[in-house]
Amino acid sequence: MTDEAPPKLEWRGVKKRFQGRVVLDGLDLAVPRGRSLVIIGGSGQGKSVTIKIAIGLLRPDAGEVRVDGRDVTRLRGAERRDLSREFGMLFQSAALFDSLTVWENVAFRLLNADRVPRAEARARALEALSRVGLGPNVAQQSPGELSGGMQKRVGLARAVVSQPEIIFFDEPTTGLDPITADVINDLIVEQVRRLGCTAVSITHDMASARKIADEIAMLHEGRIVWRGAAADIDRSGNPYVEQFINGRADGPIKGAV
Amino acid sequence: MNPVRAVGRSVLGLLRTAGRVALFGGKGLAAALTPPMFLGQFGRQVLAIGYFSLPVVGLTAVFTGAALALNIYTGGGRFNAEQIMPQIVALGITRELGPVLAALMLAGRVSAAIAAEIGAMRATEQIDALETLSTDPFRYLIAPRLLAAILTLPLLTAVADTIGIAGGWLVATASLNFNPALYVQNTWSFLQSWDVVSGLIKAAVFGFLVALMGCFHGYYASGGARGVGRATTHAVVSAAILVFASDYLMTSVFSRGL
Ligand SMILES: Nc1ncnc2c1ncn2[C@@H]1O[C@H](COP(=O)(O)OP(=O)(O)OP(=O)(O)O)[C@@H](O)[C@H]1O
Ligand SMILES: [Mg+2]
Repeated sequence: MTDEAPPKLEWRGVKKRFQGRVVLDGLDLAVPRGRSLVIIGGSGQGKSVTIKIAIGLLRPDAGEVRVDGRDVTRLRGAERRDLSREFGMLFQSAALFDSLTVWENVAFRLLNADRVPRAEARARALEALSRVGLGPNVAQQSPGELSGGMQKRVGLARAVVSQPEIIFFDEPTTGLDPITADVINDLIVEQVRRLGCTAVSITHDMASARKIADEIAMLHEGRIVWRGAAADIDRSGNPYVEQFINGRADGPIKGAV
Repeated sequence: MNPVRAVGRSVLGLLRTAGRVALFGGKGLAAALTPPMFLGQFGRQVLAIGYFSLPVVGLTAVFTGAALALNIYTGGGRFNAEQIMPQIVALGITRELGPVLAALMLAGRVSAAIAAEIGAMRATEQIDALETLSTDPFRYLIAPRLLAAILTLPLLTAVADTIGIAGGWLVATASLNFNPALYVQNTWSFLQSWDVVSGLIKAAVFGFLVALMGCFHGYYASGGARGVGRATTHAVVSAAILVFASDYLMTSVFSRGL
């Protein structure tokens, strides 16, 4: 592979507004194959929107999304669903199907999109669950009976079970205690490494970002204001980043509340 | 505020909603009638929509049949026509009350439940999750509900027809001195198959509309728990109104043509 290889995933000049309010204002961002990018930024800055545009849940007003150099912005229907076979997503709220058991959640794509036989799907789901530290006794439970940390584990198992090429994590550790959060971080790093996939994560949690990221990008007012190696985050020399990682109220970022 | 402008705006809003509902319904029907199908989901919905609605529909029908029989008997007495009460009851139930009452019960029970369930799935990003798992929400969520309602409401109506007529029979034989066998025979020889079939056709259309309102309002629910509550109310109210409006439309078409 040459240096000219296109990035695995790229946002080019993406703009998005809701009811006249600009959320993304010409976002440019690229993730090389096999790298782990973490997007940081304040609440309501459009981090979740950025991911939802990448996976096609929202359509940008302008700009494009490229996967392996191919413009996928306008894919719909069956083509879109084929593309999403390459993606895994862990939602901010885990978004498990509460009418199904844990293992049926994990095996959902296998059962419903790939029409894999039930016994095989179940075996693969159990294997994915064991990789995130959940035993077969949990597999029969309903997601509503699980703690937040366990739900995140199930969501992670569901995201990795069909070996995606890109995985998205929307605030994987928000709402968890620091120890559970660290366990989830370790699991994420382990799974991403095992699959050799490209990862895009969103977080407010700097401990999590330092652990997961190869690179960090900061989103503010609809654009990327800083981007660099995770190791450089403490000497970014960027006032936005410094204010954010130190959690100070005074600085160029004005509190939204 | 200029009243002409206000009227114009709400008319435009209504048309826009009607257009969105029509598109949504068309997409849902297309998904319901073409493979791949989710048979497990369909089976679940047949149970939830059809089977578990039997008790309410049956109860409503028996009381309505009984009350209708009493009313027609008393009213018919004013011009010595009490004796044709069984025929009128049968006609009223099969053509009108059976399908409409079953549909209204379904509007209360099923369109509310559908709107709440799909609305909650929207609010908790479960519908987004479906898409990311390469599964079309129209096939997985909407189509099974539409199809189940279209197929089961005629069956529920057939049950309601039977139980409703039985309700009339009960009152007639228990307190109005009708001959039990003669009542049944009068009803049976008078009814034409079109009386029943037209009611069942109505029921299939009602089933579609009731499930569609639940799905539509749930699918576009926004704004958390309050949004889900709003979607539920809108689903029930719009389903009931659509049942009455389409009932009138179909009745006028049927009575002209046949
Ligand atoms: N579907 C939508 N319709 C209307 N507005 C939306 C929609 N999705 C997001 N927004 C708005 O876009 C802005 C950015 O939302 P987004 O969820 O991306 O923020 P975020 O950076 O992920 O914040 P948080 O850290 O709190 O999750 C918010 O103001 C939100 O209200
Ligand atoms: Mg978010």
